[in-house]
Amino acid sequence: MSAHTPRRDVPAGGAGPVDETAPVLRLEGVRKAFGSTTVLDGVDLDVARDEVVALIGASGSGKSTLLRTVNLLETVDDGRIVLDGLDVTDPRVRVDAVRARIGVVFQHFNLFPHLTVLDNVALASRHVLRRPRAEAEARALELLGRVGLGDKAGAYPDRLSGGQQQRVAIARALAPRPAVLLLDEITSALDPELVGEVLDLVRTLKEVGTTILMATHEMAFARDVADRVVFLDAGRIVEQGPPAQLFTAPRTDRAREFLARFSS
Amino acid sequence: MAIAVVSTVVFAALAWWAVTSTPGWQRVRFSFFDGPSLVAAWPRVVEGLWLNVRVLVVAALGVAVVSTALSALRTLRGPVFFPVRALVRGYTDLFRGLPLIIVLYLVGFGVPGLGLGIPRLPAEFWGTIALVLTYSAYVSEVVRAGIDAVHPSQRLAARSLGLSHAKTLRLVVFPQAIRKVTPALMNDFVSMQKDVGLISVLGAVDAVRAAQIETASAANFTPYVLAGLLFVLLALPTLWLTDWLSARLRRREQAGSVV
Repeated sequence: MSAHTPRRDVPAGGAGPVDETAPVLRLEGVRKAFGSTTVLDGVDLDVARDEVVALIGASGSGKSTLLRTVNLLETVDDGRIVLDGLDVTDPRVRVDAVRARIGVVFQHFNLFPHLTVLDNVALASRHVLRRPRAEAEARALELLGRVGLGDKAGAYPDRLSGGQQQRVAIARALAPRPAVLLLDEITSALDPELVGEVLDLVRTLKEVGTTILMATHEMAFARDVADRVVFLDAGRIVEQGPPAQLFTAPRTDRAREFLARFSS
Repeated sequence: MAIAVVSTVVFAALAWWAVTSTPGWQRVRFSFFDGPSLVAAWPRVVEGLWLNVRVLVVAALGVAVVSTALSALRTLRGPVFFPVRALVRGYTDLFRGLPLIIVLYLVGFGVPGLGLGIPRLPAEFWGTIALVLTYSAYVSEVVRAGIDAVHPSQRLAARSLGLSHAKTLRLVVFPQAIRKVTPALMNDFVSMQKDVGLISVLGAVDAVRAAQIETASAANFTPYVLAGLLFVLLALPTLWLTDWLSARLRRREQAGSVV
């Protein structure tokens, strides 16, 4: 990681000359407490370019808070978060420009109900990156085609199934060409028969090369798609490794106990 | 359908008979429903109503701008903006509590009396200001309720895309908030359509004032009835639109939207 950060004022979505081997995202000793409750207790984590990292752990283990701190929706009490060489925890950083470099997909989709599917996906390109309407819409249509919803461009979100809505939400998050995609329990609110289509899409994203940090309860999926699985417990990374190792031969008792609950 | 028609006719006939058979009906009919007085008052009252319509349009635009600004100011978070939020809150509390007629007197007679070097402005100008002051307080509260009704996850999604606070409000929160409170806003508009008649207390020759003048010269109350009917006619389209919008909103909600 070079200490030289010429792009403090990153143009949102702009891709400058970046060291391909440096981690896209680096967390160093990140701490966060809500009152007297410590939620993140010194988290160190690197996510490499095009790597898919799955965060697993019980509810309250800090997975969601970790994602929220990366997207600057929560401030950190201590530690640094570095995105593409830029310390985003620096108070002088332009928060909106950083967020535009990070795509987020939520559990409950959070599509904008008053906008068509196309406008949902084109919104950030038009109003954050300030691209002309035609260009933003062309990009949105291309992405909708990629998530298999090109024919739904003119529809409103409430006409779509949960799985379709979540695929639109993924397209929306990808529109500004983010450096990293954060997926926060994106299948938890879906009916079981709709989970597959969303997970298939994430698999496709991995194949084309997308840096993904995801919190998930889908152990089978984490095992299948993640390059690395990170087990969080009480705000600490207790164990991490390739899924084959972590799921079959966890080294720590905590991880073993946690995984035992899923295999039964 | 046929039953409804018959029932309506019978009901109307009974009501008509009940009113016209009262002992004072002849006198009331002469004083309030006199054809020649109505015809004589028509030009002046209609001309007055035109002033009401113009004041209404300008005041409605003023209210739209001011109340949008007020409700946007109230969304500012953090201790730095506490004075702003407190000021807006004080404003809305004050002007929702003050009777409109007192605001009219204070603005219409008080402000020109300050001698700020403002040139003499017509009564309808001050009347419009008073209407904007009062109605902005109501409408900004309605809009704020709409903003509160937009789920916080919408703001979260917008901010995480990199939209600024202002753009989040403009592109995501306001459009949804306004849709949620459209029937309430329309009700306030109907209420304002009637209240423009109160600018007559400042001496503006609107429909009410014109009717008063005609009534005094003809010694007959028919001009008031005429002005009243014209106000009702003015309000009807808005009332129907409100009903239609409310019904549509209800149908949409019952359609079972997910988001």
